[in-house]
Amino acid sequence: MHNWKQRLGFWTLRASAFLVLAVLAFLLSDIILQGREVISWEFLSSPPRQGMTAGGIFPAIVGTFYLSLITALVSVPLGVLGGIYLSEYAKQGKLTRLIRMSIRNLAGVPSIVFGMFGVAIFVNFFNLGLSLLSAGLSLGIMTLPVTITASEEALKSVPDSYRQGSLALGATRWQMIKTCILPPAVPGILTGSILGLARAAGETAPILFTGAAFLYPNLPDSPFSQFMALPYHLYILATQHHDISRVRPIAYGTALVLILVVLILNISAIILREKLSRRYRR
Amino acid sequence: MEKEINCKLKIENLNVFYAQEQALKNINMEIDCRKITALIGPSGCGKSTFLRSLNRMNDEIREARVKGRVILDDEDIYENGYNVVELRKKVGMVFQQPNPFPKSIYDNVAYGPRIHGIKEKNRLDDIVKESLKAAALWEEVNDRLNQSALDLSGGQQQRLCIARAIAVKPNVILLDEPASALDPQATAKIEDLLTELKENYTIIIVTHNMQQAARISDSTAFFWLGNLVEYGPTEEIFERPKNQRTEDYITGRFG
Ligand SMILES: Nc1ncnc2c1ncn2[C@@H]1O[C@H](COP(=O)(O)OP(=O)(O)OP(=O)(O)O)[C@@H](O)[C@H]1O
Ligand SMILES: [Mg+2]
Repeated sequence: MHNWKQRLGFWTLRASAFLVLAVLAFLLSDIILQGREVISWEFLSSPPRQGMTAGGIFPAIVGTFYLSLITALVSVPLGVLGGIYLSEYAKQGKLTRLIRMSIRNLAGVPSIVFGMFGVAIFVNFFNLGLSLLSAGLSLGIMTLPVTITASEEALKSVPDSYRQGSLALGATRWQMIKTCILPPAVPGILTGSILGLARAAGETAPILFTGAAFLYPNLPDSPFSQFMALPYHLYILATQHHDISRVRPIAYGTALVLILVVLILNISAIILREKLSRRYRR
Repeated sequence: MEKEINCKLKIENLNVFYAQEQALKNINMEIDCRKITALIGPSGCGKSTFLRSLNRMNDEIREARVKGRVILDDEDIYENGYNVVELRKKVGMVFQQPNPFPKSIYDNVAYGPRIHGIKEKNRLDDIVKESLKAAALWEEVNDRLNQSALDLSGGQQQRLCIARAIAVKPNVILLDEPASALDPQATAKIEDLLTELKENYTIIIVTHNMQQAARISDSTAFFWLGNLVEYGPTEEIFERPKNQRTEDYITGRFG
């Protein structure tokens, strides 16, 4: 009777799905087609030359790598600890609900705000200056809501029967967490964290004022160096350069590399999850 | 001989509440050493609650409150500052649903000893073997100790959980309907096992199966709406119940 309505609804859904896919495909193919031209070993392994109109993006790749490393070192351990607290220790009352709500909200705060926070706290207050460390810490704080939430969800999905089994054998709460709850939660924690890191790797705003350099052809030699990073480099090439049309191909190449980095991170998250969760099926 | 003192349980004026609702009403009971005590009664009458109050697993339930005394080894386990970890080493528990950890068979059994500080491989090996034998599982799994415990059948998993509890060398073992998820054969195995285990342990078992209670237990306690209605030697309870409710229940007139 309402068949035509159903069909209409179905086709609307299908059409919007295709529309999204089409936009994505157009975007990706544009970047791949144009970026492919410039990507070469030379492009990946040498610094920019002649006012960025020639050469490659090696320092930006290395910078993004170090940056992600610091981000991970900050946000994964803190995120796991926070997740453990929320899932295993916190009394499920008003205060905990408030904390949880604040964390969720923090995830929605625009990234530029974390940039300003980084300037105020890390660059100035802790006097870390414009540096890899300041930028990495800012990104780490920005990613924290993701890693906390991922950890909490992963821990919560571990069956209660493991908790009871462990406690009934005379385990302390911490022994129980360490031996029975954390191990099966690791796949979920890692997957969530890597997805958070992938997002952080592509962010420009939090590193904009905290240490990313317009041009820093040397590789960073300490956590206190300034650095280049892929998303910021792309931003410069696309909007700030004095001869934008001439560096356009390099911008496309940079965009492609950035997308590949994020893609590789995401795929490795999926592979890791599959591999690890096979060990703890059920 | 030391065990003689250790495994006697004395429950005095035990009351348990969940928020406003009272789940156990003034229970007084003495549970004998090296005997099997069966807890029977209709669903919701407080059997699991009672069992959990003997190893303080009720502590894990946020809204649960316990009043009264449970004396084990001359000490009230609800006394302030009583060491709950030590208590749970003395009073082991096996749950209704088999709940092996997602670890190897070996690691499941070695779990308790390890968290209590035993590290030497030889000693752990011995304990694992001993416990699996005691739980009548050794023959079936000795060639695959390193395989995941989740690959075992339900009945094997439940015996593994019993082995895991035994490995801690408790004095008392609490079992909450340990055979309810098992087929008759696996159930028979567990029953034989319990009969053997009572040589060394005080066993308290919740069961919905009257034949099972009659077959294996020495004493039976009938609970009804949070009250301990009747408690005594199993023969008496089943053949000459003093209370009409007990008789109705065990003859299946209400359930
Ligand atoms: N976590 C809980 N929160 C609130 N009430 C509970 C909780 N656990 C048990 N109760 C209540 O306490 C009473 C006794 O429950 P209990 O689980 O001890 O019964 P039981 O005799 O084990 O029943 P069954 O045979 O169905 O397992 C029931 O009325 C139940 O609703
Ligand atoms: Mg029950």
